[in-house]
Amino acid sequence: MNKSIKLIAADADQAKATGPNVLTIANDANPAELSLAGVDRIDLHFPKFTDGRAYSQAYLLRRRLGFTGELRATGDVLVDQLQLMQRSGFDAAVLRADQSLAAAERQLALFADFYQGDAAHPQPHFTASGANA
Amino acid sequence: MYQYTDFDRQFVHQRAAQYRDQLERNLTGQLADDDFRPLRLQNGWYVQRYAPMLRVAVPYGELASRQLRALAKIAREYDQPSHELLSTALAKQAELGTKALAVGYGHFTTRQNVQFNWIPLDKSADVMDLLASVDMHGIQTSGNCIRNITGDALAGIAADEHIDPRPYCEIMRQWSTLHPEFAFLPRKFKIAVSGAAEDRAATSWHDVGLHLIHNDQGEVGFKVLVGGGMGRTPIIGRTIREFVPWNQILNFLEAVVRVYNRFGRRDNLYKARIKILVKAEGQRYFDEVEAEYQAILAHDGGQHAIPQAELDRVAACFKAPNITLDDTADTAETLLATLSTKDQTEYQRWLQQNVKPHKNPALRAVTLSFKRLGLAPGDASADQLDAAADLAERFSASEVRVSHEQNLLLPWVRASDLPALWQAARALGLARPNIGLLTDIIACPGGDFCALANARSIPVAAAITERFQDLDELFDLGEIDLHISGCINSCGHHHSGHIGVLGVDKDGREWYQVSLGGADGSTLSGDAIPGKVIGPSFAASEVTDVVEALLDTYRNQRTPGENFIHCVRRLGLDPFKAAANAARHETRDAGQVLNVHTNSADALTD
Repeated sequence: MNKSIKLIAADADQAKATGPNVLTIANDANPAELSLAGVDRIDLHFPKFTDGRAYSQAYLLRRRLGFTGELRATGDVLVDQLQLMQRSGFDAAVLRADQSLAAAERQLALFADFYQGDAAHPQPHFTASGANA
Repeated sequence: MYQYTDFDRQFVHQRAAQYRDQLERNLTGQLADDDFRPLRLQNGWYVQRYAPMLRVAVPYGELASRQLRALAKIAREYDQPSHELLSTALAKQAELGTKALAVGYGHFTTRQNVQFNWIPLDKSADVMDLLASVDMHGIQTSGNCIRNITGDALAGIAADEHIDPRPYCEIMRQWSTLHPEFAFLPRKFKIAVSGAAEDRAATSWHDVGLHLIHNDQGEVGFKVLVGGGMGRTPIIGRTIREFVPWNQILNFLEAVVRVYNRFGRRDNLYKARIKILVKAEGQRYFDEVEAEYQAILAHDGGQHAIPQAELDRVAACFKAPNITLDDTADTAETLLATLSTKDQTEYQRWLQQNVKPHKNPALRAVTLSFKRLGLAPGDASADQLDAAADLAERFSASEVRVSHEQNLLLPWVRASDLPALWQAARALGLARPNIGLLTDIIACPGGDFCALANARSIPVAAAITERFQDLDELFDLGEIDLHISGCINSCGHHHSGHIGVLGVDKDGREWYQVSLGGADGSTLSGDAIPGKVIGPSFAASEVTDVVEALLDTYRNQRTPGENFIHCVRRLGLDPFKAAANAARHETRDAGQVLNVHTNSADALTD
């Protein structure tokens, strides 16, 4: 799998979500109720890395609602979840301060492909490769 | 059996490499324990009372003999604590009365997986490599994700089966494996599948229960139950859809799990299972799932519709093996003729209890009993795992099944091989004719190993097994489901036992609540229902007497041919309660102090 997610070190996250074109939403917000017109970036939040609601939000924003701007993961963002984030539709992640960029790169490069389709590659392996996989 | 493709094989090796990277970071202090925990859990690694535990995934219970041999190797070479650790553990458990702890064993679980109790964490990545070398892994055997999918141990061979569930199970396994959106659900998520007239997979007790059926047009699809579960609040699953076409099941499951991921409670561990959401929201949850499913189909293009070619590819792996039905009947006759009268009786009993009919009239399904005196239910030593592999190769096309009742089943045995198999199994101590009877006890590892347990399970099972050794008595008592859990997490399925025993903690001491009348949903037991507690809890030393008192009540009051569970239903609880109460003899401070309660954070993710 190719790395496509942009990694942002915690201290480099200057562009805090304050501008008019940036939407910051809680992880229990309903993506379908957002007004996406003119929005360039949506910051989705992981209060704890074990709280996976923002994955579904990202998936719905990308696949269901057709949002084409930046989806940024914020909060308790750890290198070992980046792959899940990238596959769920995130294209940027602000890493928690103690996270290692090198470990992030390694983790993102580990898998060649996956079984199920995702936000980035909607077709599952069985469709993409045909029945002769 | 499913045959791994190059893709599948590469995938489990990549997973093992990923785990090794994470483990090494943890061991060198670069990955904090709290951050590592969910990662190792989703590879099957818990930390228990004294040592890590590994849960190896056995998808829908199917194992090849070469995989059994790898499990034997793990038991022999890795399930070995240091002398110091074992001494510490034995000393602490001895304070409770436990005299021995099994070392070098695999343990068959109630979810058809295999567990090991003593593998040091610094060897864990090596074990994952070893598993990957035989197309195995521990992916999603723990953690708040979609767990290993369970099924009917008689899948593909049962005479009452409409549709073989295994190809669908395998496709669902692949779909759920490392699903990026569903790795951090509110809580664990368990799917069980049945394709037969009789539900042998306890589907109503699962987060999702699937029944493969034909609709009126003869098309194949699934009846879908949702929101079943045991634990603190036992709930029976409700039908969310009478029919989902087979090729849309992944899209439907995506809707079920997405709505759960978004709306399931995360504020309270004990209210986080989907059953609580379904109970609280009822029709609103169903409507939300239906709307989500329609959006997946109409808007997202239903990407996970299963192509016929994919079903065909996977189903081809599950074709019945070619078994030569040469004329060995004579040998069987000869062998039988040499048996003593006593052995003849025992053989007949084994045929009656441990041998099941087969789709193919020339074949039988044979259960090896791992319920025997002196060993924990479902425990198999390294040598026994190897020996079971030998039996599978000699008698069952190199295949076995782990049953949810914690035994091994040989699915492809020629009827003419039964006498020889019986002799071989008996020599290994695996031919006890007690399948389905009282001593075919389901039990979790309990307080001898598990950090979650309030009380020990193994000694309770051992005491009951010891008292009921007489086969005449066991056969007279007939079929009884006795289930023991060491805590309310219910790994020992006490809710569904005709007799359920639950370890509880009262003032730090181990006590046991006894319930009656539970059902797993099988033909014998009737519709799934949790048992009812028969009164205040009992001391460990009373439990066997209580069980005997319940059985005496049955023996005294049954009508001819009436099973225990039917007798309980007819009489109601009162006569049983009275008998159980009369068996109390301990003072209230008699419970053993389980003084090694751990506060392991793993307890948050059983």
